[in-house]
Amino acid sequence: MIDKIDGHEKLSFRVDKADNVATMLCSAEVGDTILVQGGAAAQCLKALEGILLGHKVAVAEISKGDFVVKYGVRIGIATQSIKSGEWVHLHNCRSQVDERSGHLDHLSGAAQDTAYV
Amino acid sequence: MSERSWSGYLRKDGRKGIRNIILVIYTVECASFVAHQVGLGEEDVHVIGFPGCYDNAYAIRLILSLATHPNVGACLAIGLGCEYTQPAKIAAAAVASGRPSRWFYIQDAGGTRAGIDEGKAALNALRKEMEAKTVSVPMQWSDLTIGAECGGSDGTSGLAGNPLVGKLYDALVDRGGSAIFEETVEMIGLRDILISRAATPQVALDLDATYRKAERYCKEVRQYSVSPGNFAGGLTTIEEKSMGAFAKGGSRSIQGVLRVAEQALKPGLWLLDSVPDEHFMQFGYTNPNDTEGIMDLISTGAQIVIFVTGRGSVIGSPIAPLIKVTGNSETYERMKEDMDFNAGTVLSGAQTMDQAVAGLIAKVAEVCSGTPSKPEALGHREYFLMYKHQNAPSLSSGCHA
Repeated sequence: MIDKIDGHEKLSFRVDKADNVATMLCSAEVGDTILVQGGAAAQCLKALEGILLGHKVAVAEISKGDFVVKYGVRIGIATQSIKSGEWVHLHNCRSQVDERSGHLDHLSGAAQDTAYV
Repeated sequence: MSERSWSGYLRKDGRKGIRNIILVIYTVECASFVAHQVGLGEEDVHVIGFPGCYDNAYAIRLILSLATHPNVGACLAIGLGCEYTQPAKIAAAAVASGRPSRWFYIQDAGGTRAGIDEGKAALNALRKEMEAKTVSVPMQWSDLTIGAECGGSDGTSGLAGNPLVGKLYDALVDRGGSAIFEETVEMIGLRDILISRAATPQVALDLDATYRKAERYCKEVRQYSVSPGNFAGGLTTIEEKSMGAFAKGGSRSIQGVLRVAEQALKPGLWLLDSVPDEHFMQFGYTNPNDTEGIMDLISTGAQIVIFVTGRGSVIGSPIAPLIKVTGNSETYERMKEDMDFNAGTVLSGAQTMDQAVAGLIAKVAEVCSGTPSKPEALGHREYFLMYKHQNAPSLSSGCHA
């Protein structure tokens, strides 16, 4: 965690204090400092990879099998351990109900399971 | 939301419209070309139709609700002549509701050109009758039913666009208006939250049954209401998307569950259930695209529909103007021509949520007063009516397909 705020941080928003992810309000590149606002006391963390606007950054260490929490509700399950500052998406988080979404291209979201031949 | 008034059109059933259009309805795909040619170049004419030949009870109910919608002043039904769906009965229902109406079969008219000529002549006659019958009255928030839908959602939709619409809904309900939200297949995982919003114990039971059906539907068809564009925009699971989508419903208690084409019995917040009921053909499909959902909302009498998009969308709607809101400032800049309102300013800190709500309320009032919304001005009139089955006691006979 980084304490100093210098105004150059990339903004993100945590909806609920129980959330272990925040939503990026702008895109961040690897190495950028991300300021997490909302939900609980503001905190800063280092972006461990590029994360686009609207996508989620982990704001705490998340172990494999842990629930990913946003809006104070369980929105998915971590399929591998996730470090604070890492991008949380299809490659490391799966739905509790929707098995199909686990088989999509994690960058474009495109379906891989329908044959086009 | 301050008291505000604009001029509307009074209908025989007491409802008021914010537009006065002539609705052309074709009763089978085979009549669609002629119907669209009849509507071509006619500013006050919108065209919808049902592609199937069999008179699906659900589709008939939907068509009748649209033919007698508050924004519709007159009706022209056009059939080919072979199909089960009967344009004469549609026109009769519209006449009974106080709307000048005509109908004809293209086969009787003598083909494509003769059909178009007959349709154009009917429009001219209907327009004169409609103008003679039109009663203008003052209209206010309490006369308004607003529908809300989201599509092309991204990570901003649940933080800005949908919560903003939720606040507008709270303000509308507090002023005595009606607010309809749907997309129960985007409430997956939220059963307890949904039920906790019920106005009465009976409504709680109805909400529970509606939720369980939506969940069963998704499980059975192995398709949840989340798309590649949603994922690309940062939404990872249906649970996450659901929490964002549900924010459209604001915070007021839910008065009950409406089926497609059903009108709310009293003002307030209502949940529209557009998921098919189980029957011999299994579920079929629920909303296969955003346009279908918007038509369902309009069928409940919504004079205006608000559409929240994160990724961007270029659809509009016939009958009730669509107001497009995005919570993504990048989308707004890229697709300004199509977007009515940027809620992304709330995320950047350029505006507070309260300022954005006031801005959206002003935009709604402007469109109610006659200013076309962006999709309306661009000429978007997309519609999508399909075979579906929903249990309705009054119309249980006929083809169940």
